[in-house]
Amino acid sequence: MESKTGVRQETSGSKVRESASEDKRFKILETQMKRYQYRQDSLIEVLHKAQDLFGYLDDEVLTFVAQRLKLPPSRVYSVATFYHLFTLKPQGEHTCVVCMGTACYVKGADKVLAALEHDLGIKAGETTSDGRVSLVTARCIGACGLAPAVVYDGKVAARQSSDDALAVTRQWREHVTGGSHTH
Amino acid sequence: MLLADLIRIKEQELAGRKPFTLRVCMAAGCVSSNAEAVLAALDRAVKDAGLESQIEVRPVGCLRLCCEGPLVAADPDGKLYKKVRPEDAVSVVKALQGGPTSVRTGDMREPFFEKQFNIVLANSGLIDPERIESYIAADGYVALRNVLRDMSPADVISAITKSGLRGRGGAGYPTGLKWSTVAKTKSARKYVVCNGDEGDPGAFMDRSVLESDPHRVIEGMIIAGYAVGAQQGFIYVRAEYPLAIKRLQTALKQARQFGLLGSNVLESPFSFNIDIRIGAGAFVCGEETALMASIEGLRGNPRPRPPFPAESGLFGEPTLINNVETFANVAPIILQGPEWYASIGTEKSKGTKVFALAGKITRTGLIEVPMGIKLREIVEEIGGGAPEGAKIKAVQTGGPSGGCIPASELDTPVDYESLTKLGSIMGSGGMIVMDETTNMVDVARFFMDFCVDESCGKCIPCRAGTVQMHRLLTKILNRQATESDLKTLEDLCELVRSTSLCGLGQTAPNPVLSTLRFFRSEYIELLQPKSPSPECASTAEKKGEPADDKPVEGR
Amino acid sequence: MAAKTLTIDGQLVSAEEGQTVLDAARDAGIYIPTLCHLNGIQDIGACRLCLVEITGSPKLLPACVTKVQEGMEVQTSSDRLRRYRRMILELLLAERNHVCSVCVSNGHCELQTLAAEHGIDHVRFEYLSPRLEVDLSHRLFGMDHNRCILCTRCVRACWHVEGAGTKNVAGRGIQSRIISDLNQPWGQSETCTACGKCVAACPTGALFNRGATVAEMQRDRTRLEYIVTAREKSQWIV
Repeated sequence: MESKTGVRQETSGSKVRESASEDKRFKILETQMKRYQYRQDSLIEVLHKAQDLFGYLDDEVLTFVAQRLKLPPSRVYSVATFYHLFTLKPQGEHTCVVCMGTACYVKGADKVLAALEHDLGIKAGETTSDGRVSLVTARCIGACGLAPAVVYDGKVAARQSSDDALAVTRQWREHVTGGSHTH
Repeated sequence: MLLADLIRIKEQELAGRKPFTLRVCMAAGCVSSNAEAVLAALDRAVKDAGLESQIEVRPVGCLRLCCEGPLVAADPDGKLYKKVRPEDAVSVVKALQGGPTSVRTGDMREPFFEKQFNIVLANSGLIDPERIESYIAADGYVALRNVLRDMSPADVISAITKSGLRGRGGAGYPTGLKWSTVAKTKSARKYVVCNGDEGDPGAFMDRSVLESDPHRVIEGMIIAGYAVGAQQGFIYVRAEYPLAIKRLQTALKQARQFGLLGSNVLESPFSFNIDIRIGAGAFVCGEETALMASIEGLRGNPRPRPPFPAESGLFGEPTLINNVETFANVAPIILQGPEWYASIGTEKSKGTKVFALAGKITRTGLIEVPMGIKLREIVEEIGGGAPEGAKIKAVQTGGPSGGCIPASELDTPVDYESLTKLGSIMGSGGMIVMDETTNMVDVARFFMDFCVDESCGKCIPCRAGTVQMHRLLTKILNRQATESDLKTLEDLCELVRSTSLCGLGQTAPNPVLSTLRFFRSEYIELLQPKSPSPECASTAEKKGEPADDKPVEGR
Repeated sequence: MAAKTLTIDGQLVSAEEGQTVLDAARDAGIYIPTLCHLNGIQDIGACRLCLVEITGSPKLLPACVTKVQEGMEVQTSSDRLRRYRRMILELLLAERNHVCSVCVSNGHCELQTLAAEHGIDHVRFEYLSPRLEVDLSHRLFGMDHNRCILCTRCVRACWHVEGAGTKNVAGRGIQSRIISDLNQPWGQSETCTACGKCVAACPTGALFNRGATVAEMQRDRTRLEYIVTAREKSQWIV
């Protein structure tokens, strides 16, 4: 799997415009839009797909979607920024989601979050400067029976203490994943 | 597909049953506790023991006692294995034939299960949610077949009306009335929408229903479509529920293959389709007009009602919107009759309600109880009370739109009116237990924080009012507030409740109002003393005017 | 079209079917305050200033989108409504930086007028004092986010009257902002036709003509109604 850091390099800057026609991810996105018959009401579905493909939604992707769905850019930007799951900035290699739902909150999720923020040196919603870890909060992931819950790269972990969470994120920061670097 | 086919599938399915069954909970809670590995290990253990003809290992939906997951239920002995690890598999298989086991076990006669009453969750934990045959074997789609064969749309609406079913999304609007309004509105195109945008923090009922028994919801929607004259349905599910989405997609595909969706449903003249729409992280989309805007690919901004969706809804057409649990009640009402349904519950609240029980309580999980049950029975008997001798202080229902019910009111029956009278709401079914260590002002701020974050920003009272309430709550928690701040907070509560455009804003003050009502002393204790102490002299100078009144700049 | 008879503040009023309570009241010379409403553009019922009491309705209803009905009894200015309106205006004044003395719209601002009407001499809420930018990248117009009340009149004028779709709301809740295209400087917008309809629609000093200084920004707010009436009814009413 391509790492998200790679994606960022590839799509940052203006030279991307030339590469867009070659980038097969745009072709996949195009196919998806075709399946929706370029219907304007498919905008949210299309943005989901775009974020799956690119990791985040930059101006180039938003413009591409706007043009294909025949929508003004302001509409696409407006919708993309309304919904919290869409992100316009590149995300870290790993994502740590702390559930802040009521059950998790009364069982100390705020303390887990505070420990992570302190250890990573970032606030929720930010990514570490080395691009390794994005720290995110969720309003409720519906795993209330397992409170407090933390999601590490899409895997839900139950009854997490601050130490449990720090152990995972520290390991992420120590080890390069993806196997591209061999010494 | 005809009745004969349904019967044939059911018979085949039942004929394939083995003497023993191990039902492995594959709902999101257990899956995140490694249930998939347990399932694989059990499969292997059965194979290794050469017992494939004797024992069926069946992935099922929610077995409910989430705090003890991964859960495995055994038939026919009715044992419930708790916190099962993959290495326990061999011992569980042996125990099925009378061997001893080291795994902790319980059974369905435990207090957690005894007080429950199953309608919505009847299939949950019994059938394989990824196989339509498993649903059909549990009499799935028989209600739909009966409706299409024997009932007119008016008959269906009359049955739903007689059952007394009310919307399970929170407000409790009579379902039959909603259906008949949509049915009466004349239009060539109509829609049925299932609201699965369960956004309340602390609620996972709809997620469990969709993960455990997706066909039940689909069947309810098809029947609704027939009753109101719609051709197209949408299920709107939160993106945060990937497993529910996956199982729904599988279920819809199967339903299409079996001729239960598409042109000429069950070879009748009626045609109906269902598509999934996935949310993108906006609590306000649980509000029906915002949800429809979201399905149309727009910002989830609510709009004023009237016009109501029943007259002008999705794409401007008449639209029926009900939530997941409401639709899940439809097939049982048709099959067992509205009179049966109306016999359960209280005078004004019929049937059952599913709750997600969580927080500072011994047993957490998914429960279904008859309406009218006392909160105390839920908390103390089903939930087992507070853990380790702690004392229960309050029960929160209705999430950010609800309130905190104090322990002294635990004898309140669970029905729409009683909970509203206490300043809370039934809500979609989140029930969070709080103990003596919980600071109620902090809880109020927690929910206000949520509302600030989730306000769409369209109307001023909700956009700016929630922010000001949040600031005042923070000020109180920081012991910097005065009595006049408390007064301002209460005025804001009234303003935001009375003037906000949609339900999110109108109910946003509820957590504050209910904690003020039952735990006012906690607020008062945090206020600055009335008579100024020397170090408060600077504040005291401003007395006579509320402390943080400021002149309008530049006027 | 059938006529409907209703009472507004005790006064018997005759209105056309399909008319809003707001229009019926204004035709009868009864004043209801508004902010997000502007003749000529679609109503959204967002500012909540025009909320009225209607006998038999447990909820307050926005006059701008509520249609008249036979026998309707409307109250437009009870003590409670005046108290709510005052608080809503205070919330707006505290939300951003409304410093009238240095504002281009001083003396011609709808928010200022309403605040005066409601006798607002102080704001009891904490000023949020956000630091917001002033976009002066457009050759003709400027946008000062500090003065914006998010009424979206500019957005609706841009979409429904001009049809350009340049303006929109980004973000949500208290973080909402009016943007051009992909949130780029207005002057770099590829869709803006520089028609000025958004500026004509703005109730405060958020959108202004470049070069206007304090208190100079007067605008003709009937312009949009003129265009829309001309387009829809072929009547050019000057």
